[in-house]
Amino acid sequence: MTASFLRWAKALPLSGKVGLGFVLFWLAVAVFGPMLAPYPVGAFVAYDVFDGMSAQHMLGSDYLGRDVLSRLLSGARYTVGLAAAAAMLASATGTALALTAAVGGRQVDEPLSRFMDTLISIPSKIFSLVLVAAFGSSLALLLLIAAVTYVPGNYRIARALAVNLAQMDYVQVARARGEGRFHLALREILPNMIHPLLADFGLRFVFIVLLLSGLSFLGLGVQPPDADLGSLVRENISGLGEGAPAIMMPAIAIATLTVGVNLLIDGLKGKRS
Amino acid sequence: MTAHVPNTPHVEVKGLQVTARNAAGETFPIVSDIDFALKRGEVLALIGESGSGKTTIALTLLGHARPGATISGGTIRVGDSQILSLDAKGLAALRGNRIAYIAQSAASAFNPSRTIMDQVIEPALIHNLMPRAQAEKKAVELFRALALPFPDTIGLRYPHQLSGGQLQRLMAAMALVTDPELVILDEPTTALDVTTQIEVLRAFKSVVLERGATAIYVSHDLAVVAQMADQIVVLNQGRIREKGAADQVLHRPADDYTKTLMAAARPAVRPAPRQVDLPAAPLLEIRNMTAGYGKIGKDGMPRIPVLRDINLKIERGATLGVIGESGSGKSTTARVIAGLLPPAQGEVLLNGEPLPPGLKGRSREQFRRIQLVFQNADTALNPAHTVGQILARPLAFYHGLKGNAARLRVLELLDLIRLPASVIDRRCGGLSGGQKQRINLARALAADPELILCDEVTSALDTVVGAAILDLMAELRKELGVAYMFISHDISTVRAICDDILVLYSGNMVETGKREGFSEAPFHPYTDLLIGSVPEMRAGWLEESGAGRSLPLIGASADEPDLCRFLARCPARIDGLCNITPPPRHALAKGNMILCHHDEEDLIKFQGLAASAA
Repeated sequence: MTASFLRWAKALPLSGKVGLGFVLFWLAVAVFGPMLAPYPVGAFVAYDVFDGMSAQHMLGSDYLGRDVLSRLLSGARYTVGLAAAAAMLASATGTALALTAAVGGRQVDEPLSRFMDTLISIPSKIFSLVLVAAFGSSLALLLLIAAVTYVPGNYRIARALAVNLAQMDYVQVARARGEGRFHLALREILPNMIHPLLADFGLRFVFIVLLLSGLSFLGLGVQPPDADLGSLVRENISGLGEGAPAIMMPAIAIATLTVGVNLLIDGLKGKRS
Repeated sequence: MTAHVPNTPHVEVKGLQVTARNAAGETFPIVSDIDFALKRGEVLALIGESGSGKTTIALTLLGHARPGATISGGTIRVGDSQILSLDAKGLAALRGNRIAYIAQSAASAFNPSRTIMDQVIEPALIHNLMPRAQAEKKAVELFRALALPFPDTIGLRYPHQLSGGQLQRLMAAMALVTDPELVILDEPTTALDVTTQIEVLRAFKSVVLERGATAIYVSHDLAVVAQMADQIVVLNQGRIREKGAADQVLHRPADDYTKTLMAAARPAVRPAPRQVDLPAAPLLEIRNMTAGYGKIGKDGMPRIPVLRDINLKIERGATLGVIGESGSGKSTTARVIAGLLPPAQGEVLLNGEPLPPGLKGRSREQFRRIQLVFQNADTALNPAHTVGQILARPLAFYHGLKGNAARLRVLELLDLIRLPASVIDRRCGGLSGGQKQRINLARALAADPELILCDEVTSALDTVVGAAILDLMAELRKELGVAYMFISHDISTVRAICDDILVLYSGNMVETGKREGFSEAPFHPYTDLLIGSVPEMRAGWLEESGAGRSLPLIGASADEPDLCRFLARCPARIDGLCNITPPPRHALAKGNMILCHHDEEDLIKFQGLAASAA
């Protein structure tokens, strides 16, 4: 397992390795971050606001004098965790529906596809604003919003792949063998879609990070005293003029996470050709 | 250009070596020690199976090596240029100008969004050889020389509006528009039907002769090469096995490998003993079947009818050959039998019992008895599954075999198709074409079927490999008593292995009969054309076959849906009869049924005449 992972990682191009490094780093932060944080998340520990980097506060202090490093280490968990869970939910739902459409024939495909077209036509930000306004912000709701927003996109891509694959000779052979739809979808079609779907998953993940950060920036995301990377940027926005690490660091964190995932995806694609 | 001494070869290749790098980073040779030379105006053929390095060598003449490969040694001289010492700019000036390349699949070599004329004259314009108007005039001349229809206006069309044979000839026009010193033809007729191939070959040959072009012809088909080449180089695994004048290589081959190739080129007859006591009902029977695509109208005809009024029987353990050109409905017949396409009319009976028309309602047992083997093993085997998984699935599905019992049976099957047990855990991507086709066949056998529908199973394979597959099928038939429906466009293969033959033209059965009935005239005129289009392995055949035979003139056709479909191409058509009345189906003395107005004597007279003229 470990050996095959190392071999796989070694075969990645340089940019892919860099991406993999970032991704592993942020996964580690998401898992172990809160344990490593030197101060509690909400504690006011510095005497000064927007303090520079120092031995006590390695990334300075924020607009209330809280330790930025601690907040960052605790906040990464929300962004990475929520985005990964939502991306998985969106991809699984979209792909399952796409397979249903591909093997179900016109009667299933048409209504499902038109329903997805309807969903896709709703602007994601407005949709989330309405839902948050109606139900109040909670982690479960954020997860649901992010997932629902990105199901149609994944469905479109997965359906295009699945419908093409359903015409392949090996699927025809399986049909002529008398196989049921369940077998066709899961055993014959799905394994051949995995690679492009992984790439799609990575993209969705990045979009969801941006959506969640955007929502948090508007104050509708994760609620204080907890904060994800987006809300860290928002609450420290007044430090922008001084170039305080309190705003630079969360911004850099979002950038390295999204760029890292993208580099890794590009590396995966390059390996196939 | 300086006057050259006639004895100096125009193209000279010496000690050529091309190497590639494998996944582990080691370099290994793909082709090595290649020497040959040809004089101006000569045609040299490179022949060999796939993987023999023939295309690799052809591409090096353009100074090109495919990604991953490098030209690592030797010299190539064309005229006064040393190809391998040229830089990128020098090569660009050479390609499409002094050296032209014609690829195998013209359909994918043309850009679908631009007109034919734009693409044909592009080489002349890129190299600034002549103004546009002059290039267009020259292209039209070439269209005429290549016997293309409407030479003056064909250039305005787009690639999708033309047939494969026409595109292949247009590609030749594209190559010749710059009057190149050397033309490289890479399997230019392999993807075409025999009846189209003969027209394209004729056009190529006349143009090559007329313009005195020096050409290198890459092919795996000895009979085609016999028509075109002055010299033949036989390749195997990247090395030259034999080279010499065409006549010598074809008729007095010295090398054992060449002899094997020659033997495989003409299929050996593989008769199987008929089973003695046949049950009352045939294994499979099709009655008055009509099928096609699109909605079925009030008259019971689908919107795009493909097959009309098909009747056939396959006895237990027998082989029925179905032949016809692409688009004749051969594969559709197999799809109807397998249940993938429900017929619009008529019925399919298995062991005397009607089968449900579509997949729905067929029992697992009915599925098991009929198995389908597709032409292209690359797409017929799921790339995500291992060989073991592919073969184990029908075992589990039909026979409930699991675990060790299934594994033992898979090993037995692999043994039956003569593949090593070690392939069981491999995916199909790394196997050769012949190996994949064997697994394709083994998957059908795993079901323990009574009838195997073989859709062009040897067409995508090399002759030697294809012959081995045919041998294997004949053997399985003897051992297991399975019946085959063998679909092919190659009448010589069908005549060699089938007991009964059915000729389809545009969805109609034009001739049916026993194998013996297809050995001499009279035939249906279309069958005659098919048989006459199979190249023979001797020089001069191309010139003799059907040359100068023109179609009799006929008036406008009556508005009658059941007129003879072969009318537009039939050399024996009669004005006032064939274009007015639908043809009757009637028997010939030798037992064949044909769909034609002509009676036996007419056909013998006509086909006998053509034969004696040849």
